[in-house]
Amino acid sequence: MGGSQAAGAPLPGAWFRGWLLPSLLLAPQLAVIAVFFLWPTLRALRDAFYQGDAFGLSEEFVGLRHFAHTLSSAEYGHALLLTLAYALLTSVLALAGGFALAVAVEGLRSGRTLFRTLFLWPYALAPAISAALWVFLFRPQVGLGAGLLEHAGVHWNPALQTGQAQALVLATTVWQLLAYNFLFYGAALQSLPPSLLEAAALDGARGWRRVRDVIWPLLAPTTLFLVVTDLTFVLFDTFGLIDVLTQGGPDHATETLVYKLYEDAFRNFDQGAAAVQSLLLMLLVTGLGVLQLRLQRRRVPA
Amino acid sequence: MMFRIAMRRFARAGLWLVAIMLAVPAHAARVPIQFWHAMSGELGVEVQHLVDGFNATQDRYQVIAVNRGSYDQTMLAAIAAFRAGSPPDIVQVFDVGTATMMSARGATVPVDALMQQQKQPFATGLFIPAAASYYADAQGRLLSLPFNASTPVLYYNKAMLARAGVAPPTSWAQMGAAGTRLLASGAKCGFSTGWPEWIQFEQFAAWNGLPYASDDNGYKTFRGVHLLLDAPAFRKHLGDLAAWSRSGVFRYGGPESNALPLFINQTCAMYMDSSSSMAAIAGGARFPWGIAPMPHAASVPGAPQNSLTGGASLWVMARVPADHLPGIAAFLHYLMSAPVQAQWARTTGYVPVTRGGYDALQASGYYRQNPGALVAVQELSNKPPLAWTRGLRLGYLPQLRQIQRNALEAVLAGKQTPEAALKQVVQQGDGLLQRFGETAGGER
Repeated sequence: MGGSQAAGAPLPGAWFRGWLLPSLLLAPQLAVIAVFFLWPTLRALRDAFYQGDAFGLSEEFVGLRHFAHTLSSAEYGHALLLTLAYALLTSVLALAGGFALAVAVEGLRSGRTLFRTLFLWPYALAPAISAALWVFLFRPQVGLGAGLLEHAGVHWNPALQTGQAQALVLATTVWQLLAYNFLFYGAALQSLPPSLLEAAALDGARGWRRVRDVIWPLLAPTTLFLVVTDLTFVLFDTFGLIDVLTQGGPDHATETLVYKLYEDAFRNFDQGAAAVQSLLLMLLVTGLGVLQLRLQRRRVPA
Repeated sequence: MMFRIAMRRFARAGLWLVAIMLAVPAHAARVPIQFWHAMSGELGVEVQHLVDGFNATQDRYQVIAVNRGSYDQTMLAAIAAFRAGSPPDIVQVFDVGTATMMSARGATVPVDALMQQQKQPFATGLFIPAAASYYADAQGRLLSLPFNASTPVLYYNKAMLARAGVAPPTSWAQMGAAGTRLLASGAKCGFSTGWPEWIQFEQFAAWNGLPYASDDNGYKTFRGVHLLLDAPAFRKHLGDLAAWSRSGVFRYGGPESNALPLFINQTCAMYMDSSSSMAAIAGGARFPWGIAPMPHAASVPGAPQNSLTGGASLWVMARVPADHLPGIAAFLHYLMSAPVQAQWARTTGYVPVTRGGYDALQASGYYRQNPGALVAVQELSNKPPLAWTRGLRLGYLPQLRQIQRNALEAVLAGKQTPEAALKQVVQQGDGLLQRFGETAGGER
């Protein structure tokens, strides 16, 4: 990211003559976009206006009814607020944790490789697998983690206690994201110009001052990138994690937008509602992407 | 996300396509019959045994059994394949998908009609009534073939009950009393339940002879059906569960069979779950255990009535080539035969769905050696089903179940009263049923 700035400016005269060759060169990519992005999107756009049975035997045009139904439903509003809170909380915790770990590890005199390897492990796991591990750890009466909590006097039953279920999902997500954020912050720290750090040291900045006033601002582009990737991860990739940990329960406590979408589309065969929800989710993520590009342009001048 | 899931399915479909293309030329002489099922692990192996048995008797047809993942995924795959114009010949659909399959006229071939047309001996009376009534239309004609049937039972820890000096409870009042004595004897929990919405709502309704929804649970029509779950008996049951949850008599362990470890590790002395969990319990329990019928509500006159069939049935899809139909009918006929039924029930723990299968098991002394296996059969056939204890014929049933589970969880967590929670269940459920009625068409 950011590094392609020099290649981005078109060279004068670097134009193809005619349109045949450029079209041919673009065709594979355009085909992929058309088949795997445009077509499903148009399909969802169409389905959002129709009410039909699961088998596609009959359907009727219902106008904006699905939109009205979705937007006015308390469940959707709940899922939206829950998702926003979950995404923000996860990102903040994972960013702070990843940054702290990276600063701590890069500041070590020895053993850096060991810690880098250890902290990276969670990232190598698929969300569903790390969720399965946490399920074993925190299954009431059976899991090691659950045993520790019971020992500490917590009546642990995430199947019933909404707060506990949310905490479990949050902890698993943060644990997984931490590795990713650690990796990027670590790489960014290594690529900081030593001259700047030395200058800061000469000026008397050390310890916390150096982290706050020199390192953190220099890492702003990385932070921005991580904020967007973390948010996107929470919006989409946590599906498997939630499915394994809580299946959206108890009482909708962990039913995020993407999980609700899955339930409506693939469990309830409610295609109209699912189409509306996927369109709204797409808008949300597109907005996030646009925001990232804007901010990036402003914060990182060429 | 939809896109990602679709991609994964797409990739899997591609793999199957390659596998089938490799497999088909070897049997090119025989007509292939695609049979999609949701039985994995040991159960999948047993399905393959049945299929191999059929194929060994055939020189014209070859049944190809394909596991398509979970029940949800299998049904979804069949629907997607139908929409794409290449449905499987036979698909296994779970109980809750029944109304969706049934409402999709033109997507399936009624099994009764197929068997008559193909001159295979067939009658609804060959099946045990509780299994037949779940999958039959209002005229009693079977639309799909009952295949794997189960029903909830009460598993109990003999040692823990002996220590507390109680017998397995037959009524819910006894359940509360037994739970209290169990706690007094040092147990951490009296009982827990698997599949909370299925067992504590659907089966609770049928077992106590209570209607679950109007119009005989939707058997009469899909239009204008409304839930009857706010009746006093349901309120009382939910209130009892909440009180027992506070006192420790009952411990909630989450959806599906997530609570099973509570029974296996002797935290809870009793556990309600499907009869098909017997193998899992036999494999895990390191203590003497037994099987008893579900408790009933003693205050409801006529209870216990009969329990409902859970599990799945086999649907024949429409728009398959006409020359497949004789082979499909022959395979279904084979599955109904007494030896096959007996073998299936003995190796899987499911209830035999034909009278012939049950008689064969009885004659072989199976039930004398495994009295626990008989409990499910007895519950299903405790009394002839009433018009509203034949089954459920409601659209969006997965969603309805989810609403009930959420209500139960809200009540147990102390966030809602049973009255308010059930009122909400009915209100939300009726909205769904109305939408289903609009798309499914009213006449049956």
